[in-house]
Amino acid sequence: MSISERLPISMRTEALESILVERSLVDPKVMDAYIKMYESDVGPLNGAKVVAKAWVDPEFRERLLADGTAAVAELGFKGPQTEHLEVRENTGQVHNVVVCTLCSCYPWAVLGLPPSWYKDPAYRSRIVREPRAVLHEFGLELGADVEIRVADSVSECRYMILPQRPAGTEDLSEEELAALVTRDAMVGIATVAGPS
Amino acid sequence: MDGIHDMGGMQDWGSVKPPDPDERPFAEDWEKRAFALALLSMRVSGTNLDAFRHSMNRLEPLDYLADGYYGRWLRGAENLLTDSGIIAPGAVDARTRKQLGDDVVEPPEPEPHRPDYKPTAGGSLRPLDAEPRFSPGDAVRAKDIHPSGHTRLPQYVRGRTGTVRRVQPAAVLPDTHAHFEGENIQHVYSVDFASRDLWGPEAEEFVLNIDLYDSYLEPVA
Repeated sequence: MSISERLPISMRTEALESILVERSLVDPKVMDAYIKMYESDVGPLNGAKVVAKAWVDPEFRERLLADGTAAVAELGFKGPQTEHLEVRENTGQVHNVVVCTLCSCYPWAVLGLPPSWYKDPAYRSRIVREPRAVLHEFGLELGADVEIRVADSVSECRYMILPQRPAGTEDLSEEELAALVTRDAMVGIATVAGPS
Repeated sequence: MDGIHDMGGMQDWGSVKPPDPDERPFAEDWEKRAFALALLSMRVSGTNLDAFRHSMNRLEPLDYLADGYYGRWLRGAENLLTDSGIIAPGAVDARTRKQLGDDVVEPPEPEPHRPDYKPTAGGSLRPLDAEPRFSPGDAVRAKDIHPSGHTRLPQYVRGRTGTVRRVQPAAVLPDTHAHFEGENIQHVYSVDFASRDLWGPEAEEFVLNIDLYDSYLEPVA
């Protein structure tokens, strides 16, 4: 079927929902609850809290890097697509970045659902082949001596990056630090900027 | 299978999309419904997450790409529901055309035939008593295999040699689990590949790290 003959996906979605709901196979209220969970409750703010805590609490940081799953569960973060979480630390010497080339696996419990750029074929195809060029397109310039490590998360292990704490943030509270942390830094396509 | 989904290393996809820090989880309302329908379809069809991933991978490339991420979730869900006899082939097309005002006869409800499948536990990770075959530091080669069914072994590492970095928690093998042929619990290894062993001497220098199931690997003498 050519593109011009295709039925609109929004209509197909409505059609499938109506078929399943009229046969009581799917409850729209349950659908609403799933949607609300990922629109309102689970998102990158979870990961930002984890990062800020790791920046201010050296013992938590150690636990986080040793057993990410257990450490983020201390903050109540666990759930689908985060059965096993490994947290990798970005430093001045090593820069980690995460992808899933086969679908778009992503640590939902700490980062929510994946953003458009992560799901896009350009990112999925290129970051495992020319990461420095891709990071440059995202506006991230790394020194020639920085080792780049790309994690292709195709199994059930999920990855989150612990970015470097920016300079000039010594006096900030944990909450103020969390507000600086971005989704992009926790996937590894950006660093965290200090307070402007 | 060697399908459109296996994108690692493909060329000609253009520039990456600029990130939007304020991006919401769903761009359009139908994406929300497709997301929830797909999650629920796994239960309704009596299948599992690996079968769902495979249901998307075997879409025709145009169907895989045309409506983006949640478009393929919806079409994958349609595959699962059709395979299990929950909806008839063509049922979604017919209902859509009817809603658009066409005079169509919808296919009758089929006889369900869900797969003979019951997980031994929730999720995908499972304990495994057997000792891992490989240890950190071991040289391993990703097998050069081309299964027609589901696999999580991307083409770009097949036949290449890497180094085991660590042993990950054991998990059900997607290749059999997706086809209801057993959980086949295996060790999973985090393996490092040098970029130039994947892409040649002109490639950027970096380390590619990927988790591979035991049966994807062979020892390097």
